[in-house]
Amino acid sequence: MRRAVLIAVPYLWLLALFLVPFIIVLKISLSDIALARPPYTPQLDLNEGWAGIRAFFAGLDFENFTFLSTDDLYWKAYLSSVRIAGIATLCTLLVGYPIAYGMARAPQEWRPTLLMLVILPFWTSFLIRVYSWIGILSSEGVLNQFLMGIGLIGEPLTILNTNTAVYIGIVYTYLPFMILPIYSALEKMDESLLEAAEDLGSSRFSAFWLVTIPLSRNGIVAGCFLVFIPSIGEFVIPSLLGGSDTLMIGKVLWEEFFSNRDWPVASAVAVVLLLILIIPIVLFQRSEENAREAGR
Amino acid sequence: MRRFSWFNATSLTLGFAFLYLPMILLVVYSFNESRLVTVWAGFSTKWYGELLQNEEFLDAAWVTLKVAFFSSTIATVLGTMAAYVMIRAGRFPGRTLFSGMIYAPLVMPEVITGLSLLLLFIGIGLDRGVLTVVLAHTTFSMCYVSVVVSSRLSTFDQALEEAALDLGASPFESFTLITLPIIAPAVISGWLLAFTLSLDDLVIASFTTGPGATTLPIKVFSAVRLGVSPEINALSTLLISIVTVGVITASLVSKRAAVQRRREEQAAQRTA
Amino acid sequence: MAESDFAPWNDPEAKPLIQFKGVTKRFGDFTAIDDLTQDIYEREFFALLGPSGCGKTTLMRMLAGFEEPTEGQILLNGVDIGHVPPNKRAVNMMFQSYALFPHLSVYDNIAFGLRREKKPKDEVHARVKEMLRLTRLERFAQRKPHQISGGQRQRVALARSLAKAPKLLLLDEPLGALDKKLREETQFELMDIQEKTGTTFIIVTHDQEEAMTVASRVAVMDEGRIVQVATPDVIYEAPNSVYVADFIGDVNLIRGTARLRPAQAATEAAAPPPEQASPETTPAAPVAKEAAAKTDGPQPNPLGRALHDRILSPIFGTWLEEEPRRLPPPSAAETAKTPAAETPATPAHPQDIPPGGLEIDWSEGQPALLAANGDPALDGEKVVLALRPEKLGIAKTRPDAPNTLKGKVIDIAYLGNISTYHVEIEGGVMVKAQAANTRRISRRDITWEDEVWLSFTATAGVILKDE
Repeated sequence: MRRAVLIAVPYLWLLALFLVPFIIVLKISLSDIALARPPYTPQLDLNEGWAGIRAFFAGLDFENFTFLSTDDLYWKAYLSSVRIAGIATLCTLLVGYPIAYGMARAPQEWRPTLLMLVILPFWTSFLIRVYSWIGILSSEGVLNQFLMGIGLIGEPLTILNTNTAVYIGIVYTYLPFMILPIYSALEKMDESLLEAAEDLGSSRFSAFWLVTIPLSRNGIVAGCFLVFIPSIGEFVIPSLLGGSDTLMIGKVLWEEFFSNRDWPVASAVAVVLLLILIIPIVLFQRSEENAREAGR
Repeated sequence: MRRFSWFNATSLTLGFAFLYLPMILLVVYSFNESRLVTVWAGFSTKWYGELLQNEEFLDAAWVTLKVAFFSSTIATVLGTMAAYVMIRAGRFPGRTLFSGMIYAPLVMPEVITGLSLLLLFIGIGLDRGVLTVVLAHTTFSMCYVSVVVSSRLSTFDQALEEAALDLGASPFESFTLITLPIIAPAVISGWLLAFTLSLDDLVIASFTTGPGATTLPIKVFSAVRLGVSPEINALSTLLISIVTVGVITASLVSKRAAVQRRREEQAAQRTA
Repeated sequence: MAESDFAPWNDPEAKPLIQFKGVTKRFGDFTAIDDLTQDIYEREFFALLGPSGCGKTTLMRMLAGFEEPTEGQILLNGVDIGHVPPNKRAVNMMFQSYALFPHLSVYDNIAFGLRREKKPKDEVHARVKEMLRLTRLERFAQRKPHQISGGQRQRVALARSLAKAPKLLLLDEPLGALDKKLREETQFELMDIQEKTGTTFIIVTHDQEEAMTVASRVAVMDEGRIVQVATPDVIYEAPNSVYVADFIGDVNLIRGTARLRPAQAATEAAAPPPEQASPETTPAAPVAKEAAAKTDGPQPNPLGRALHDRILSPIFGTWLEEEPRRLPPPSAAETAKTPAAETPATPAHPQDIPPGGLEIDWSEGQPALLAANGDPALDGEKVVLALRPEKLGIAKTRPDAPNTLKGKVIDIAYLGNISTYHVEIEGGVMVKAQAANTRRISRRDITWEDEVWLSFTATAGVILKDE
């Protein structure tokens, strides 16, 4: 009895506030835009009984999805979201790996402090961390002033409101997600393995490639998925740091909803975005399961 | 004794410089006399004064704290229950769906969560305001709480609960007297995480909020869209210092507790 | 020791405290406990012994109430407790991990169960004090579990589980986490506390030495069944199967075919057989007599015996059906208590060999091995002669003994007080013989590659059906 209550409370909460809303999104994505309140048709009218339900289902169609596939804007936005997320993930890996490596090879008594320094930004506001780059990257910002000051460039560089700024923003905000899994993989690694590899005649560099990298593979894979998946649907970074030509699907959805007030299309965009995300999520889950089994 | 190698020292220095310079610059420029970021016009705290007189910001901050407090508290209760169900309740019909719903919000883009909740609130005719934001934040942060708590529960020695039952405690007593005190650190971390997530959230709040319930991130976002503003710098500095003091204190306290514990354990072994 | 007079399992009047009646426990397709029936008596120290996965832990968890039997009944004082939740049973358990509540002091840990009964404060206090005194933990009452040593934690766990004065205390591998020396000390402490409190203890262990030391009876388990239940000495000296013989201690298993011994051996033994003298010398006395009576010679009271076998045992049913195994009669060599290694093979003349029993043909061209205590019913069967290494003598010259085996020393394991010799006998069979190191190592005359003779008496081994 008590067990049933324990299960039911969180279960019903999630059903009502997670699953049902999502079904509504699915339904509206099959509806048509209308100049009404709420701005879509058909509306389910249960007062008309069975006929109302039939009329409701008859009114649903895949028109919005057809629209998404014919309008360049949408599939370009999907593609460019995936591309931007992919490039940014790669950059995050390149920046994050040496840091994680340095932490894992740091003196034992330093590690908790270093770890805290990586975690600290995570507790700080995401919005503020993105915002901090506006002052640095703008044409009269700190970076340009510095570069002109040392005479490296004559003209200020345009970085803010370009894709480069978006990459920097993603790398900066998601760096802890990359560092932490790699660090924990590297820290577990037995260092005598490297000594053994060198003892068996491999150079330091090849020992790194042949031993360290493969053994931290689980950390790398986890870190990449943890950066890639949320950055596809990112909204704050492209809208603050990106330019008008930065196409990311989170921003498109936002504008479709708030500016164009086209709820059916916004819902269709959301459904497709979710379908796209399922692939990396399933891959991630599988790789985690494999890692867990291998760890046994 | 192990030392930093040249390579590791360099990569750590550069890495942490990258992580912290932007925030340090933010703090420094919050004390700039000039409104322009580009010009250093001398030290001043006037932006803090202006910030504290800005009624809109203060209202937004109050709303945000209210939302964060209520949503994280409800989320902690629900998330702990969900974690307990996941780890301890065994099989029940719909368990797969349940675990799917627990983990999905973690990877769900915020825009989709926000959109779907907004459509729900419109659909059931709930007026948008503080309540809807609290409901929305509770839903996604309870999943984070349940992840934190369930990872602690899965390493929890179940024999402790069995021992309590064996000694005559009812299942409820065994939870409140044994399980809860032991997993308390994880529950508190879960609450803090939920609180921070709620304080921080822009996207979901933007979708689900209504008139009179503007949260601080929404305010900040609309301000910084227009560019750098020294008041926002001052606000950021305040937030950064609160978090920094909090995190450093927490880590010092837990470090001291760990050292103390190790010392006591060693003493116990010696006297044995 | 109490062993000689404490044997309620032999008393038809005794009421068991715990009765398993046809208990089966399945987890999905897996059968953890398979139709198990067993009685356990008050004040017993009962050991469940077996390899991991044999079902001993499941059996214990069913007693504690953490698992419910799929079929059958578990009775406590005649009441079925199979489906009573753990917090409503007068059974307490000491957990393998101790399961001490880390956030409570030693005092509060011990008081936990008493407080759940809503006992008055001073009563709780008095009982906790008593338990602290019993386990010598008074000084540590206010410490937290991490502030005390492993041995002290073990005592806290014991005190906590005894605080409610349960009828039955379950101990799940209670000493597993302690090092060897502490474990031995604690074993005696456990026995002492068990005797003082008069509580029935059931201990689960995979450590056979531990089971033998502490228990009044040992149940050897395998694949969800109890293979044998008996006192430690019977389990060791008279195992009922190759499985038990092999599981408990070191054993040599010599496989062969049994053949009934020629009858003339029995007539030769007209002289007072040595086992007549044994009733006074060994506690297993009635046992020896019975075993002899069963196999040969005049039975002390044939009518009584028949009455018992034919009438009483069907009436009393189960408790008599599986008649406890008895010790084999001690041989002449054993009663003389001669150190086998020093004067191996001792003056054991052929006429000292007890009559009857079996001969075992174990290798072509080798003389058959004599086993006077073999069950004649095994005639013609494939059998295993189970011989404990310490029952074998080893010498460089052929001793005058009922059974001798020639072989070569392959390896010697020096263990300080004793040495184990690994001897390869005819047919490549390896046999272990143990001898006390009464001489200094430099004066030992047997070494690697030596030709040696192994010898043992006609009753040293146990004949078991080959499985």
